[in-house]
Amino acid sequence: MQIENKKPLIVAFCCNWCSYAGADLAGNNRLNYPAEVKIIRVPCSCRVNPMFILRAFQRGADGVILCGCHPGDCHYTSGNYYTRRRMALLFSMLDYLGIERDRTRVEWVSAAEGAKFAATMNDFVEKVTALGENKRLEDLRCKK
Amino acid sequence: MQRIGVFVCWCGSNIAGTVDVQAVAEALKTEPGVVFSTNYQYMCSQAGQDIMKQAIKEHNLTGVVVCSCSPRMHETTFRKTAAAAGLNPYMVEIANIREQCSWVHKDMPTGTEKAIILGKAAIAKVNLNTPLTPGESPVTKRALVIGGGIAGIQTALDIADAGFEVDIVEKKPTIGGKMAQIDKTFPTLDCAACILTPKMVDVAQNEKIRIFSYAEVTDVKGFVGNFTATIKKKARYVKEDVCTGCGICTEKCPQKKVPNEFNLGMDNRRAVYIPFAQAVPKVATIDPDHCTMLKTGKCGVCAKVCTAGAIDYTQKDEFIEENYGAIVVATGYNPISMDKFDEFAYNQSKDVITSLEYERLMNAAGPTAGKLLRPSDGKHPHTIVFVQCVGSRCSACDEKGKEYCSKICCMYTAKHAMLTRDKYPDTDVYVFYIDVRTPGKSFDEFYRRAVEDYGVHYIKGMVGKVMPEGDQLKVRASDLLANKQINIDADLVVLAAAIEPDKSARPLATMLTASMDTNDFFTEAHPKLRPVESPTAGVFLSGACQGPRDIPETVAQAGAAASKVIGLLAKDKLTCNPCVASSNEIMCNGCSSCANVCPYGAITYVEKEFRQPDRTTLVRRVASVNEAVCQGCGCCTVVCPSGAMDLKGFANNQIMSEVDAICK
Repeated sequence: MQIENKKPLIVAFCCNWCSYAGADLAGNNRLNYPAEVKIIRVPCSCRVNPMFILRAFQRGADGVILCGCHPGDCHYTSGNYYTRRRMALLFSMLDYLGIERDRTRVEWVSAAEGAKFAATMNDFVEKVTALGENKRLEDLRCKK
Repeated sequence: MQRIGVFVCWCGSNIAGTVDVQAVAEALKTEPGVVFSTNYQYMCSQAGQDIMKQAIKEHNLTGVVVCSCSPRMHETTFRKTAAAAGLNPYMVEIANIREQCSWVHKDMPTGTEKAIILGKAAIAKVNLNTPLTPGESPVTKRALVIGGGIAGIQTALDIADAGFEVDIVEKKPTIGGKMAQIDKTFPTLDCAACILTPKMVDVAQNEKIRIFSYAEVTDVKGFVGNFTATIKKKARYVKEDVCTGCGICTEKCPQKKVPNEFNLGMDNRRAVYIPFAQAVPKVATIDPDHCTMLKTGKCGVCAKVCTAGAIDYTQKDEFIEENYGAIVVATGYNPISMDKFDEFAYNQSKDVITSLEYERLMNAAGPTAGKLLRPSDGKHPHTIVFVQCVGSRCSACDEKGKEYCSKICCMYTAKHAMLTRDKYPDTDVYVFYIDVRTPGKSFDEFYRRAVEDYGVHYIKGMVGKVMPEGDQLKVRASDLLANKQINIDADLVVLAAAIEPDKSARPLATMLTASMDTNDFFTEAHPKLRPVESPTAGVFLSGACQGPRDIPETVAQAGAAASKVIGLLAKDKLTCNPCVASSNEIMCNGCSSCANVCPYGAITYVEKEFRQPDRTTLVRRVASVNEAVCQGCGCCTVVCPSGAMDLKGFANNQIMSEVDAICK
């Protein structure tokens, strides 16, 4: 019974220039989204090593979302293109390992899109909640 | 082990309203490394900062975590505070519990719980922080201005006025740009040449300014304060320093049938030419595509008539490398091609012209010496139809035009209509518009003068079709306000073509790693707060390369860009961002993966000697990061197969520890 009520754990990686600012804007406009989303700031979405995502799942995250500048708008010119390709490969591998597609996502959120950030998070949390807890990659040795 | 101090801010009730700050400070007290934890109403206030300074000294802190608003807001403030207390500023981390917690979550337990987790993540990161020292790089105190139109001219003059050297690179044989082609300027109707040509002369006579005309920038390397640009000076087959600009060659050249681009092909020039009388530099140029001597080797008339002996048929393109501290892009605009707009019959009739062509027809130095004559038969037109928004404000699915408003067309069309009625009161002038947009100073008064005092017929509606019939043009249009079709027999149709960035802008943006929008206009670093800087440090924007601009705005922006350049060049040293990549040379295997993805070319390879356990020396190729060039995106850290590359300030273990803290 209690498992069903457990709130999902979501890690969001946001690039400093667009998506983190977009998340700030969502805050400025008081647009609510679930508290399950915890944001980690990275300079660029391309800084996110696939290792970080695997680590999150290993440690019991139920979903990981990666937000960056829109294609063509990267502060570092081309970083988000690398992200797009890397994550396409990683997510398809994770899918193969049994981490459902809805648990991973790459989304482009600009600094002006506070509403999009909140909407994306609401939608993502809803999808992950529907899937329930993620046990597939969780390493029980990590739990105390 | 670090000694960390945690400071939880209430931000009045902004945070304290949804987060139990007391509980957060209490919960974080027991985290590893934390030796001090407190909360205060306004951490960013002087009193709050004093609490932090005192705690750093009293508890001998080596790291600080501030649970407050976004780091985008006060990271710099708290870093400065820490530095003032003798702590390395990069030992400060912010947990964003306002924008990303208290403001987006409604209830206290949820907010408090999340704030604690965010605090724990920040503490976990600070535990692995290392003190960072920003590097310094020197500044070359010279500026490069790309484009010699009014934007480039004004920028160069303003920079030179502050005492810095400026080079202007202009691809045409003369500076002056579009403004030189214009007859009168709105809203005051000053003659464009009268206000522009003195500025061109100022540029030519200014000791601090060098003009590279008939030249292009072919390569740009380096970074803010230290750019190296390669400038290609195209062969003009005339020695610039010898030519006196007397113009005899341009009169004697037997090749008379070259379309004159300065008059938009409405008359002809010779193969050797000076674009217009007030050209700067006033030097002849031989057009290699049309010169008989260069093409067949038989002619040489210009060399014979040149008393100065300036003609040199053997001249070659010359490449010059120069160093600059700042670069200003002023590449300007062009009217779009009318080829796709068959409905206006631009390619079928000579009497359908663009507004810039009309400008030349009205200009005293133009092909008709300022007389308004039809290009087809040289007769005076009695009915003129102006069509606005040709290619501007098109829908996105319509591939013919542009989505944006070209901004200047409403005003110049009002100007054309007014000048025409003023000079030739017997002509009927119709203007078809979607909206008339005149938001500048004295602009709306100007437009109303055209309608009220000069009797120009403004009709809201679009022209559907222009059909050449005999020597007339049948114009079929709709009048939206009267809700009816109208047919006008016109003698001349003038199209206010949309404007687009110059074709040279896209390759230039690639060279400068400056970003562009979908229309190829350069993007500014911030649309409101940094409007003349490009996101690439050291690259500034001036004029219509950034978006449609009229002359007053362009001049204002040119001055703004110049002041930014002066601000940069006035510094002796620039402080670099210390959060840059660094490679662990022992682990690096020199595979080049990182250098391949680096958008700035910051990674090079060096041969390094390593001492081996058996006391022999091994020479290996390892990556080396130029800290002044690296912008700290971290792309290289992900591609490194051996894990040798890491990003200072956002290191692998730091982000990993944040993940761990969140997922506990």
